[in-house]
Amino acid sequence: MILQVSGVSKWFGGLKALTDVTFSLQEGQILGLIGPNGAGKTTLFNVINGVYKPSEGAVNFRGVDITGMKTYEIARMGLARAHQIVRPLNELTVRDNVMVGACFGRENHALGGARVIADEVMEFVGLEKRADQLASNLNIGQKKRLEMARALAARPYLLLLDEVLAGLNPAEITRMIDIVHKIRERGTTIVMIEHVMQAVMSVSDQVLVLDFGKPIAFGPPGEVANDARVVEAYLGDPELAKQLLAPSSDESEQDA
Amino acid sequence: MSLRNLRNPGLWITVLAVALLGLWPIVTQRASTREEIFTVMLSVVLASSLNILLGYTGYVSFGHIVFFGLGGYVGLYLIIVQGWSLWPSMIAGGLAAGLLALLLGQAILRLRGSYFALATIGINEAMRAFINNFEPFGGPTGLSLNFQTYNQYGGAANALWLIYYIVLILAVFNIFLSYIVKTSKFGLGLMAIREDEDAAEVMGVITPRSKTWAYVLSAILPGVVGVLFFFKNGNIEPPQAFRLHLSIELLVMVMLGGYGTVFGPLLGAVGYQRLRGLLLTSDLFKNIQLAVAGLLLLLIILFIPAGAVGWLRQRFPVVRRFIP
Repeated sequence: MILQVSGVSKWFGGLKALTDVTFSLQEGQILGLIGPNGAGKTTLFNVINGVYKPSEGAVNFRGVDITGMKTYEIARMGLARAHQIVRPLNELTVRDNVMVGACFGRENHALGGARVIADEVMEFVGLEKRADQLASNLNIGQKKRLEMARALAARPYLLLLDEVLAGLNPAEITRMIDIVHKIRERGTTIVMIEHVMQAVMSVSDQVLVLDFGKPIAFGPPGEVANDARVVEAYLGDPELAKQLLAPSSDESEQDA
Repeated sequence: MSLRNLRNPGLWITVLAVALLGLWPIVTQRASTREEIFTVMLSVVLASSLNILLGYTGYVSFGHIVFFGLGGYVGLYLIIVQGWSLWPSMIAGGLAAGLLALLLGQAILRLRGSYFALATIGINEAMRAFINNFEPFGGPTGLSLNFQTYNQYGGAANALWLIYYIVLILAVFNIFLSYIVKTSKFGLGLMAIREDEDAAEVMGVITPRSKTWAYVLSAILPGVVGVLFFFKNGNIEPPQAFRLHLSIELLVMVMLGGYGTVFGPLLGAVGYQRLRGLLLTSDLFKNIQLAVAGLLLLLIILFIPAGAVGWLRQRFPVVRRFIP
C-alpha cells in the first residue's frame, strides 16, 4: 500500500469537514476523489500532504506514519501536488518554476540535474516553448500544465491532482487527460479530485465519493456510478446521472 | 552554484562598476572624495545585504540597521575594553550580528508580511533600549575610542584609508555573494518563498531553514561594516547605532535600484546617496531630506515597483543577460 488513510477526521471549530475517512491505495493505481462542492475533497488533500493536521486518525505513506509531519518533509518523501487554484511563482520563468520542483522534491537535485529534468518535464506537458517566459505571462491552461509540470519534476511516488481540468476548454481537457494517462503509464500513483465525470470514470481504478465530509462509496468506477446513495447524494437527480454518465454526453458535465 | 555562472558578463559589469567607483578616490587621493565614496560603499554593503532578505526572500525588514548597530557595539567593545585589534573585532561584530539573526529568525520568521515588518521595528527599538541600560557597553553614553588606538594602524590618516579599502573589498565581495546566492539552489528556494511561500513548502522547500539562513546572511556583513563605521567614527552611542531612519533609507535604496536584482541595490545606493548629497547642500531641502526619501519610496512603489533595474529588465528582456 502506498497510501493508507485511517479514520481521518478534521474539525474547523464546530464545523466537521471530514468524518472518519478510511481508504487505502495500491501502487500504480489512480484513485478518483469525487463529491459535491464543499464535500471536503481539498481538505482531505490538505490533510494528506500535511497542510492540515488531522483532528483524528492517521495517514501512512509508503509505510511511514506522516500524520503531523511538515508539508515540505512529506514533499521530500515523494508526494507532490498540483493545486486547484494555480499557484505559479509569477516572477520566475517557467523553467525556474519547474526546477523548484526538481530541486526540492524527492530526488533533491542540484541545479544542473534539475535543469535537465525541467526540460524533459516541460516537453512532456507541452510547455517547452514557454521555458524562458515569466510564469505570470501564461494563460490559464498553460498555468494548469505548469502546476502539473512542477509536481512531476519532483518525480513523486504519489501525485495529488486537484481539479486539473477545471477551467480548461474541451481541447485542453483532452490534452490534460492524455497527460494523466501518460503519467500513469510511468507507474506514478495518482489521487485526483475531479468534477469532469467522464474523465474520472475513464481514468480511475477506484473512486472514493465524499459527501459532507463522509465517505459514502468506495470501489471501481462502474460500481460507484450505480450505487444508489451516490446517485442520490452526489448527483441528486437519477435522470441527470444517467445523462452525465452516458458516453455520448455533451459538454454539460462540467459541474462548477 | 557552478563555475559556469561566474562567466556571466553581467556579474563582471557589476563588479567593474563598483571597482571603478571605489578606485576613484584612490586615484585622486582626495580625502573628501574618499569620504563621499565611503558612504556610498557602506550603503552598497548594507543595501545589498538587505536585498538578500527583502529582494530574494520577500521579507521586508524595517529594522535592518540593528545588525549594523550591534556589530558596531560588539566590535568597539572588543577593541576598547578587551584590547583586541581591528581584524578579529570585525569578524566578531559580523558573527554577533549573524547570531542575533539566527536567534531572531527562529522567533519572528514565522510571521508573515506586515507582522514580520512590524516585529523588525520592535527589535531595533528593543535593542536600543537594552544597550541604553547595558553597562558593559557604556549605557547611554556609549563607548569612545582612545585616539592612540589609531597609531597601531599607522596613525589616523592611514587608518581612514585602511578602513576605506576594507569597505571597498567588502562591497565587491558582497556583490559576488549576492550573485552567488541568486544563482544557487538556495537562492531558487528563497525566490520560491518570495513568490508563494505555501506553494514552496508543498514543493519541498524547507522554508524555516531557508528563511533563517537568508536572514543570517543578510545580517553578517552589516555587522562587519558596523564595526568599521564606528571604529572610524571613534565613538558609538545608542541613538547613533540604532537609527531607524537609516533602515528606511536602506529600503528606499533597494526599491529604487530594483529589489531582487544584483545590480539594483548598487545602483540604488549610489543614486540615493548622490541625491541625498544634493539635497543636503541645498538651502531648500537640507532640513527635509528624509521627507524626500519617504516621498521617493512612495513614488517608486506606486509607479515603478520593480525599481530601475527591474523596470529595465521587464522593458528590455535582453538586459537580463547583462544586468543580473
